[in-house]
Amino acid sequence: MTVAAAFFYLFSTVMIASAFMVIAARNPVHSVLYLILAFFNAAGLFLLMGAEFLAMLLVVVYVGAVAVLFLFVVMMLDVDFAELKQGFLQYLPIGALIGAVVLIELVLVVGSWTFASDKVAAAAPAAVGVSNTAALGRILYTDYIYLFQASGLVLLTAMIGAIVLTLHHRPNVKRQDLAKQAARTPDEAIEIRKVPSRQGV
Amino acid sequence: MVIGLTQYLVVAAALFTLGVLGIILNRKNIIVILMSIELILLSVNINLVAFSTFHGDLVGQVFALFILTVAAAEAAIGLAILVTYYRNRGSIAVEDINMMKG
Repeated sequence: MTVAAAFFYLFSTVMIASAFMVIAARNPVHSVLYLILAFFNAAGLFLLMGAEFLAMLLVVVYVGAVAVLFLFVVMMLDVDFAELKQGFLQYLPIGALIGAVVLIELVLVVGSWTFASDKVAAAAPAAVGVSNTAALGRILYTDYIYLFQASGLVLLTAMIGAIVLTLHHRPNVKRQDLAKQAARTPDEAIEIRKVPSRQGV
Repeated sequence: MVIGLTQYLVVAAALFTLGVLGIILNRKNIIVILMSIELILLSVNINLVAFSTFHGDLVGQVFALFILTVAAAEAAIGLAILVTYYRNRGSIAVEDINMMKG
């Protein structure tokens, strides 16, 4: 068995096991940590397949952003997660049945399919002599530039949506109002009173 | 034993199944449902990258990149909705999400 095959089995075993623990762990914080482990191992699989850029992107985006977001939300919500775990065994038979059917179907499809790889012309054959990142960038910025911009728009929409949804102003809190501050003039800000001598205001 | 396309596809199929199973089993906990959706999208990405590698066509990796983008946006929006919902109702149980039920 070659080193690559050994690493493939290592990464895929750990990834499947941690994916199982994601759905089976009692504590959702543990679920998120197992999700991070699964993503790391998926990045290892991507590296084995030669998709270095996507592997690094998976680590940066998923482990650095999405998993941390999940972790924040799990810690922020004060929910009794043990109570949410109650019906777990109730759905186990039907869940195991559906899972077995899906897995058997997928494996049958994969096993009985023959791929006509020599008959299909590659839309963007992998360039020789450039790194994966450079080749991906060439394709992305020439053929798929509109889709790339559209995905940027999707991210912008998601960002604005998340901010609008979660930002809320509490009443009875004094806040700085810049427009009101800047609109003040000496006439309304200062009152000049004539103080009579020896009498005070 | 040479690791070919079939091995990667079987691994992705197992991951997909675990994601579906997670959605069915954790029907009360919406956070775990969101994590299961992430697992499903990851298995789709593994499929795309495997096809891209073994057929020598880089478009699959471009597509995986777009799926990554959409998955990140989906996670952000889903969690934001979750936080808003928790603020309004004090609960994230799936059974309590029936305000829009006619």
